[in-house]
Amino acid sequence: MSSSNTTDKTRRIVIEPVTRVEGHGKVTIHLDGKGQVEEARLHVVEFRGFERFIQGRPYWEMPVAVQRLCGICPVSHHLCAAKAVDRIVGGEKLTSTAEKMRRLMHYGQFFQSHALHFFHLASPDLLFGFEADPLQRNVLAVAAKHPELARQGILMRKYGQEVIAATAGRKIHGTGAIPGGINKNLSVQERDALLKDWPQMLAWAESGLKIARDYTMAHLGELADFGSFESNFVSIVRADGALELYDGLLRAIDADGKTIFDKVDNQAYLDYIAEEVRHWSYMKFPFIRSLGPQKGWYRVGPLARVNTCDFIDTPKAEAARQEFKALGKGRPVHVSMAYHWARMIEALYAIEKIGELLRDPDLQGTDLVTSGKRRSEGVGILEAPRGTLFHHYRVDDNDLVSMCNLIVSTTSNNEPMNRAVAGVARKVMNNQATITEGMMNQVEVVIRAYDPCLSCATHAMGQMPLVVEVFDRAGNVLNRRIKSREPVTSR
Amino acid sequence: MSPDKKVLVIGYGNPSRCDDGLGMALAERIRALEIPGVTVQIKYQLNVEDADDVAKHEVVVFLDACLCAPPPFFLRELDARAGTLEFTTHSLAPEGVLGLAKDVFHAPTQGYALAVRGYDFHDVGDDISKDAQANLEAAVTYLAEALQPGGSLHPMEVGA
Repeated sequence: MSSSNTTDKTRRIVIEPVTRVEGHGKVTIHLDGKGQVEEARLHVVEFRGFERFIQGRPYWEMPVAVQRLCGICPVSHHLCAAKAVDRIVGGEKLTSTAEKMRRLMHYGQFFQSHALHFFHLASPDLLFGFEADPLQRNVLAVAAKHPELARQGILMRKYGQEVIAATAGRKIHGTGAIPGGINKNLSVQERDALLKDWPQMLAWAESGLKIARDYTMAHLGELADFGSFESNFVSIVRADGALELYDGLLRAIDADGKTIFDKVDNQAYLDYIAEEVRHWSYMKFPFIRSLGPQKGWYRVGPLARVNTCDFIDTPKAEAARQEFKALGKGRPVHVSMAYHWARMIEALYAIEKIGELLRDPDLQGTDLVTSGKRRSEGVGILEAPRGTLFHHYRVDDNDLVSMCNLIVSTTSNNEPMNRAVAGVARKVMNNQATITEGMMNQVEVVIRAYDPCLSCATHAMGQMPLVVEVFDRAGNVLNRRIKSREPVTSR
Repeated sequence: MSPDKKVLVIGYGNPSRCDDGLGMALAERIRALEIPGVTVQIKYQLNVEDADDVAKHEVVVFLDACLCAPPPFFLRELDARAGTLEFTTHSLAPEGVLGLAKDVFHAPTQGYALAVRGYDFHDVGDDISKDAQANLEAAVTYLAEALQPGGSLHPMEVGA
């Protein structure tokens, strides 16, 4: 954090890096001469290049190659690219074993990702407070003061990673999904090892959900205007309206919960979703085409999914959804910090689905791959832990990729995160003579609720810290905060 | 190394970024030796769940590449209490993993980090540079002996 004074007394704040998120970004906050927040923005300062450099590569490399744009949610990119490539080989109607193996991999990814985020990235804010000593606001302090909670988070994350390893071949950057299918089934030994720990994981998912639920309910008064706002929501849902994470139809609802579009085939997404570019960020701004960029921006991710679906097809998660939805009194829930509650409902859903699949003998089937009439274009859409993920490829007659378009979850949440940042900045910084570190952290708290992956959103390579700055009207930096990670081995 | 000690070796890095793959390459070479009592893991980055595996061993040796250490490699002992503030806990430093093993699993695991000096971290490719390859061979020779029954790890002093 840094600061400077200027002659016209207006100020600008910069937070860089924003911590406990994945990727490199920067928050700038402009204060006017009266100390009011004039404008606040989340900038993503990484260069976006992935869509370009995979052009010219064979299409069958996509499920393995594109997942390398992220070390956090590679399974989402692996499966989404595989779904798009399934279309190219005419193999989108997977065998039962292949689809269930992919689903198991996907639920494992949700379980580990949501557990990691809740217990290790978000919990310091919830356990110690938004303005706690910065030395406390990290996973090591959680481990020191709440070791049992930290242990549960670690072992839930590890379990999800084991599910991924059993289905994808390894924990990170696996190779399980191939065009038209999967390259392995689940052995009885793998199944039994996962079933052994499953009851404990279910119990911990329930207790984690209770923490998120109780926190939200206990702080509802203050959270209701903490970076919260009304918005549209987008996700895929199953044909019957159930929560769906792997393969469904696109649905968008407005702030009142009314349908904007529904049952949209994945291949037609460009008729419904468009993207806008703004000069100050490398991250695009998607919007619902029929509403335009001003009114068509939308939220994705756990909050969106629990709002858009009609029901959840597992008993415990459905009961939790009903309690969550009661908060909205018939309308969608718009509280940004309720992302955490919704996220833990999904963690519970994921472990319930894992339990269903582990008991399904289809996972020991041997019919793994299918194919059909080749196409030159394919779109894959699924729900990643952070929200709806779109992969779109065109290939030429030599099987080389000629066009790639990726809309990742964090990109769809770009406008909402900017609004959340502005809302919190106004709430905590307006009319304040001194901008404290605690105030700056509150801006980061609301960004973390969205669990953004900024490296995914720009498809960048390399290390990516995030920054917060406060500026005056003349452009002078008044406050600047930069945290960089200590190199592991003096690199 | 005492034969009754369980040793975990974790090599990590990015093998698609040339010399950044040194940690993984070293781990693969150690794995091939099949030293009794030594378990080898290879991964892209360290994360919280590694603390559980670390806690189940008496000794852990993290293998990575580095740009600044004196060639051919540098070995240091880790302080579990020195886990630094992370700007993201999507990945952890070795001290952080060791700190979690101690705080969460109450493990007295002794930790070391061996950093092999690399030179080319900027290109995209899986070739380790010639000079780094020589450093890798020196690290293999050292670790192969240190991890054998009766061997031992000797942390180096800065400037030595």
